[in-house]
Amino acid sequence: MIRPPRFKFRLYVAGSTQNSTRASANLTAFCATHLPHRHEIEIVDVLQQPKRAMADSVFMTPTLIKLAPSPDRRLVGTLSETQLLLETLGLGT
Amino acid sequence: MPGDSGRHEFANKDEPYPSIIILDGGHFMKSIRRQATNPNKAPTGIEGFDEITSGGLPHGRTTLLVGQPGSGKTIFGLRFLVHGSQFCKEPGIFVAFEEASKRIVANAEGFGWNLPELLRKKLYIVDAQPQPDVVQTGDFDLSGLLTALEAKAKEMGARRIVFDAIDIMLALLPDPTAKRREMYRLHAWLLEREMTAIITAKAGGDEASSLTEHPFSFMQFMVDCSVALNHSVSLGVSQRNLRVQKYRGSAFDENEAPFVIGKGGFDVAIARVLGRVDSAVSEERVSSGVARLDTMLGGGYYRGASVLITGFPGTAKTTLSGAFVEAACRRGERSMFFSFDSDGTEVIRNLKSVGIRLERFVKSGILRMISARSMGGSAESVLVRIKTLARDHQARCLVIDPVSTLAKTGNELTAHGVAERLVDWSKSNGTTLVCTSLLDEMSGQLEGGTPLQISTMADTWIHLNYLVQSGERNRGLSIVKSRGTPHSNQVRELILSDTGVTLADIYTAGGEVLMGTLRWEKESAERVANEVAEVAGKLKRVTLKAEEAVLKVRAKSMDTELLAKQVEKTLLDRTTQSRKGELSRGRIRMRELRGADKRNPKHKPENL
Repeated sequence: MIRPPRFKFRLYVAGSTQNSTRASANLTAFCATHLPHRHEIEIVDVLQQPKRAMADSVFMTPTLIKLAPSPDRRLVGTLSETQLLLETLGLGT
Repeated sequence: MPGDSGRHEFANKDEPYPSIIILDGGHFMKSIRRQATNPNKAPTGIEGFDEITSGGLPHGRTTLLVGQPGSGKTIFGLRFLVHGSQFCKEPGIFVAFEEASKRIVANAEGFGWNLPELLRKKLYIVDAQPQPDVVQTGDFDLSGLLTALEAKAKEMGARRIVFDAIDIMLALLPDPTAKRREMYRLHAWLLEREMTAIITAKAGGDEASSLTEHPFSFMQFMVDCSVALNHSVSLGVSQRNLRVQKYRGSAFDENEAPFVIGKGGFDVAIARVLGRVDSAVSEERVSSGVARLDTMLGGGYYRGASVLITGFPGTAKTTLSGAFVEAACRRGERSMFFSFDSDGTEVIRNLKSVGIRLERFVKSGILRMISARSMGGSAESVLVRIKTLARDHQARCLVIDPVSTLAKTGNELTAHGVAERLVDWSKSNGTTLVCTSLLDEMSGQLEGGTPLQISTMADTWIHLNYLVQSGERNRGLSIVKSRGTPHSNQVRELILSDTGVTLADIYTAGGEVLMGTLRWEKESAERVANEVAEVAGKLKRVTLKAEEAVLKVRAKSMDTELLAKQVEKTLLDRTTQSRKGELSRGRIRMRELRGADKRNPKHKPENL
């Protein structure tokens, strides 16, 4: 059996706005449920690092970028729809 | 009702409204310098627009630019930034939601704005296009964008910002509430930083739906200035219009103004002529190329005048304008010939047959022939192209053959306005303009009017027509009007020959005008009659001379006779006198001898 790939995420948030807080909470919960022990999450605050956001062309917050496994995928929003998240990340059945 | 607050009388009535606006790469400096800089306005560099809004967009405020796809929103926004960074010391940021920055730069290359140079320091384009595969799950906001922009704006000291196609971004937001919330967030952010901003958004099919159905309706209330770009097609001809819908705290022209996106960028033409700057009037005369026509006009056309030559097909309108161009080139004046009917080379060949040689001037570069048959588009765009080409060539004399083409390519209403602006523009430049206008024989349009009503604007109007008589068709030329010059009232015959164009007097016989062969016949008949009359006159003179001589002799003899009679008469008088004296003396002597009484003085002496 092939070892399931490890997921690497970068989440851009804008300080502690409602949408951003929700997104990071949703992501943490999602990973805990569907990707236990095979995920990495980096949270970038655009208010702190605006240039990084610009370099990554992140203009909507919150934005989630899946860096691994390739290809990159982007999701914007509060990540509230679990089913959509599963499909987008290729975890759907 | 949005816009009510801005509808005032014009605040500065004395500010001149030029009737023609050309606004593009490099040529707009003049117009900007003329305007008094208003601290509350951010000039766009689009001259026509700056005139309409008396100075530009509201400084430090937000303007909404709504228009259909392809109506020129991006170019408008970019123009605004380019002008700001080049001439107003206001660097700008362009947030592109729709087009990639590379494409924007490439598209703008043709306008001569020198974007790559500006992009180094004063202008920044943010690629904010949502990735096509972006997945949206749940609500999001624009904080990321605004934070990033804030950092960038601080870094480069940006004062102007354009959000191009905000609708793309808004479409991602899940519900109207979120859209509204983000728009207000954006607006508040802009206001706080006192950035002069343009937000462009696509409008639906027509203006009404954009106001009611679109999420932008609330934006109309939010912003301080709102401009609608409209692109319509009437009778298969594209027509672009711009309208300022509202402008808080400022006067503006609320009418639709046509505009053109041409090679030079964004041109807004103000349709109305409001107190146009009076152009310098010249007393100088320029030759029409036909010596006798110059005489008829009292010396030629005025420099800077607009000359209209009307006539049916084949009445030598082109030839007459060709003669004018040739004369101009001979004087060394740069000239331009727009030919809508036939190719420039054809015109040159055809004119050669009547002794008008233009080839050498084309070769030396002093004359430019423009074959404009392929020049499509609306009357507005044709005008813009004419202006651009004429300016590039620095033409002092301009021929448009025929100007009635303008009426064909657009609806007549706009074409009239275009013709009006063409005349105004040439006047303000001091360009001598010769337009020909085709009259349709079939429609029975007489001298009364031309399709564009340009006849009322033209300074000199020359009418050419045919006179069909005894199997001949001859060309007649008459001057319908020529402002400010005494001019001949007579119809002349226009004769084309391989040596050139000349005018000949015509004959009127029994109320009929004679031309061509009839005129020649009349002329030769007159010549014969003249000879006969001359001979007869000579004969008469001889006879008279003889008679005169006879009379003179007779007069002399009579004179002598008279003298003799006079002498005789004097002699008679004298004899009579002496006899009388003799008689009275004798009587006195007799009385004395008779011893008569002395004469009483109181009584008449008695005779005997």
